[in-house]
Amino acid sequence: MAGLESALAHLGSIEALAARATPVHRLDPRAKLLTTGAFLATVVSFGPRQVIPLLPLALYPVALGALGDVPARPVLARLALASPFVLLVAIWNPLLDRAPALAIGGLVVSGGWLSFASILLRFCLTLGAALVLVAVTGFDATCAALGRLGAPRILVEQLLLLHRYLFVLVDEAARLLRAHALRAPEARRPGLRVAGSMLGQLLLRTLARAQRIHRAMLCRGFDGVLRRRGALRLRAVDLAFTGGWCAFFALARAVDLPRLLGGLALGAGR
Amino acid sequence: MSHHLVSAADLRFAYPDGTEALRGVSFVIHHGESVGLVGANGAGKSTLLLHLAGALLPTSGQVRVGDWPVTASTLPQIRRSLGLVFQDADDQLFMPTVGDDVAFGPLNLGLPPAEVDRCVAAALERVGAAHLRDRPSHRLSGGEKRLAAIAAVLSSSPDILVMDEPSANLDPAARRRILSLLRSFEHTKIVASHDLDLVLDVCARTIVLHEGRVAADGPSAEILADARLLEPVRLEPPLRLQACPRCGGAAR
Ligand SMILES: Nc1ncnc2c1ncn2[C@@H]1O[C@H](COP(=O)(O)OP(=O)(O)O)[C@@H](O)[C@H]1O
Ligand SMILES: [Mg+2]
Repeated sequence: MAGLESALAHLGSIEALAARATPVHRLDPRAKLLTTGAFLATVVSFGPRQVIPLLPLALYPVALGALGDVPARPVLARLALASPFVLLVAIWNPLLDRAPALAIGGLVVSGGWLSFASILLRFCLTLGAALVLVAVTGFDATCAALGRLGAPRILVEQLLLLHRYLFVLVDEAARLLRAHALRAPEARRPGLRVAGSMLGQLLLRTLARAQRIHRAMLCRGFDGVLRRRGALRLRAVDLAFTGGWCAFFALARAVDLPRLLGGLALGAGR
Repeated sequence: MSHHLVSAADLRFAYPDGTEALRGVSFVIHHGESVGLVGANGAGKSTLLLHLAGALLPTSGQVRVGDWPVTASTLPQIRRSLGLVFQDADDQLFMPTVGDDVAFGPLNLGLPPAEVDRCVAAALERVGAAHLRDRPSHRLSGGEKRLAAIAAVLSSSPDILVMDEPSANLDPAARRRILSLLRSFEHTKIVASHDLDLVLDVCARTIVLHEGRVAADGPSAEILADARLLEPVRLEPPLRLQACPRCGGAAR
């Protein structure tokens, strides 16, 4: 129960960062969304065994987070939270693919381990960038940007309402669990039969609430379109932001930057 | 002026599960009147208010708001002139931030952005919640949510203000704030509550609802002082009108 409530508090904590006012926060949400989209596409486009060439791309989430004054901790905590799923997917690679692919010094690395590292790195890069995007933009502004960029209206509105009522739903569940815990202090968690009826309760309560919310929306003139305040305005700095980063992504994709830099360093040292 | 008239004629309504919540309610409320709708839990207050806003449509009978009967085709006009504050603020606040929620009504009215911003600021100012503007609604306290919900309705400048249990779950300061807010609203207002002290303070007229029927209708000072009338409908006179237990005299 306490876990559920603290999960709820955490859910909002990344978003709460979006209220800050750094230059990154002031960028047009569309610019940030597009750039992050380009970033994701670049990361995904790398070959399955590439690890080192991916590294320079970490510059984007790190720079965005640093400029946006986003603390590393909550972002890393969420990465850790989601990592078991990725580990589960990636762990099969070293077992299945044992052919040696790379030798570093005396150490021979199999293709399986390379793709394992690649999957993990890509996961960290993509989820990290998405989290930092929400932290410097806010969920609702991100949705607004999605809408302006041509995503279907209905999808955007569903996302917005879902996000808002996720909190109400979790709240409702927490209340049910608390009520149960107070009256059944010995049971650590509800038994199967009680849990079943509680789930049914939750569903009914959620439906009833959905109906009341819809009524309240209609009473204030809702006609199926969520209108938003404040027009978005693209400025030169937004275009420069998107253009600059996209150029960097293209460069990192086309040229193996670490190798190039390493070669340059060796050349200079010689 | 019939413009802000609210009336019900033999209004009946049964919920889909068969519960008869309203069993023939009739009244006429004129422009500028302040009316308290009192009744025990389950008397049908919320159901009646939902009918005034057209959120529920009657099984039989009719509701009129201003110049229109409340039907599916007149709902846009009804909702333009009548603002309903729901009993549970969580039902009413569905936008990401308080400011967005308060802007929801004016935006649906099609006001230009500058005008919307002005309405939002004025409504929040009026309920004393200007500082909540950029806060997410789901992180407010109960009293703050109530203020935000009221601002969300005031921002569309309704001619008729309808509130369901406005003082439930509020601390004394928040309750006082809502009280003075209600007093300052000079158009027609209808307040459902079992906080009879509040009704006595704000409403000149009281309608008593009991098991889906009007049990009494008249000046608040008379009705709320009449213990014999209130007892059968499971209500008690406001504390202020009850005999003082210490000295035996009336409190006022
Ligand atoms: N959604 C619903 N479905 C079925 N019955 C309901 C529903 N909502 C309210 N009722 C019933 O209608 C009656 C009037 O309810 P309500 O108008 O909420 O009373 P009040 O607001 O005066 O406390 C009650 O008997 C209640 O049980
Ligand atoms: Mg009620």
